[in-house]
Amino acid sequence: MIGTRSERVSLTSLRRLAIVPALNEAGSIQSVIREIRAQDPDFEILVVDDGSTDGTAGLAEAAGAWVVRLPFNLGIGGAVQTGLQYARDHDFGIAVQIDADGQHDPTELPKLLAPLLAGEADVVVGSRFLGERNYKAPFLRRVGIRVFAAIISAVVGQPLTDTSSSFRAFGRRAIAYFSRDYPHGFVESVEATVIAARCGLRLTEVPVVMRQRLMGQSSLTLPISIYYSIKVLVAVFVGIFRRSAYELKEE
Amino acid sequence: MTPFRVSIFAAVAALILLVVVFELMRSRRLQERYALLWLLTGLVVFVLAVWRSLLGWAADAVGIAYPPSALFVLASFFILIVLLHYSTVISRLSEQNTVLAQRLAILENRLREAQDRPD
Repeated sequence: MIGTRSERVSLTSLRRLAIVPALNEAGSIQSVIREIRAQDPDFEILVVDDGSTDGTAGLAEAAGAWVVRLPFNLGIGGAVQTGLQYARDHDFGIAVQIDADGQHDPTELPKLLAPLLAGEADVVVGSRFLGERNYKAPFLRRVGIRVFAAIISAVVGQPLTDTSSSFRAFGRRAIAYFSRDYPHGFVESVEATVIAARCGLRLTEVPVVMRQRLMGQSSLTLPISIYYSIKVLVAVFVGIFRRSAYELKEE
Repeated sequence: MTPFRVSIFAAVAALILLVVVFELMRSRRLQERYALLWLLTGLVVFVLAVWRSLLGWAADAVGIAYPPSALFVLASFFILIVLLHYSTVISRLSEQNTVLAQRLAILENRLREAQDRPD
C-alpha cells in the first residue's frame, strides 16, 4: 500500500513523461536518457524514433526508455504529437519535450515544471533569452529567433522572447488539445505557440540555459531556413483567422 | 502593350485564386506546405498583371511579341511545377501506404498468434 487514497490520486495526476523525439541520435541518446533519470527518477522516458537508421531505437531501449518507432519519418511535429498522444492515452499529467541531441539540460527540469505544478500555466517554454544570456548561435539564427518572437508576441498579445525553443513542458489541458491538433513538419513550435494562445491555453516562459550540442550539426541550412520561415509566417497569418479545431474540455 | 482588359481579367483571376487558397487553408482543408506553390503562382500572376511594363519587358526579353501570351506561358509553367510537385508527393504517399499496410498485416498476425496462445 502506498499512502492514502487522496495521496495516490495526487501522485497519479503528477505522473510525468519525458518525450524525446529522435532522428539518428545514436551518439547522444543514451546519455540524454541517463541524465533525465539522474535528475528526476519519477520521469518515465519515451523516445519517439522518427525513422532513425543508426540504431537509435535499440540504444534507447537498452538504456531503459520506452520506445515508439514511427514507420517512416513524420518530422519533428508529428513525432512530438505521437509522444503527446502516448501521454494522453497513459494518463500522464505532465509531458516534457527534450531534444535527443543533448542541448537541453535536464537539471533545468524543475524550473520548467514549477509553473505547471503551481497550476499557473498549461504550456511552459524554456527560453534562451530570458535571464542569463549565454546562448551562442550564429548571428542570423539569433536575429531570426528575435524577429519571430516579436511577430508572435504581437499575434498572441503576450510578450514572448523565444518562440522556437523546443524545451517545453505541457500540462494536462495542453496534452489533451495538442494530441489532437498539433502543427506538422519542422519548426513547429512557433505555430504551436499561436495555436496555444488561440485555443485558450496559458503559456509561460522560464529562463533556461542551453548547452552546445553533444553530437551532430544543426540540420538547418540557409535556403531551408528561408523556406521554413516563409511557411511558418504563412501558417501564423492564416492561424489568426482560424478557429480552434476542438473545444477544450474543462475538468 | 497588354490590353487593359486583359490586365484586369488576369489580376482578378489571380486574386480569386489567392482568396480560395487562403480559405482552404483557414478551414484546414489545405496544408501550408501544399499551399505555398499556389500562393506563389497567384502572387506572380497578380504582380505581372498589374505591373504592365514589367510584363512587357519580360515578354520582350524572351522574344514573345504579345505580352498576354507571356502571362499565359508563365501561368502554364507554374501549373507544370505544381503538378510535378504533386507527383513527388503521390510517390511518397504510396510508398508510405505500402509500409503502413505491411506493418498492419504483420501486427494483425502477431495479434492473432497472441490470441491463439493465451498463456
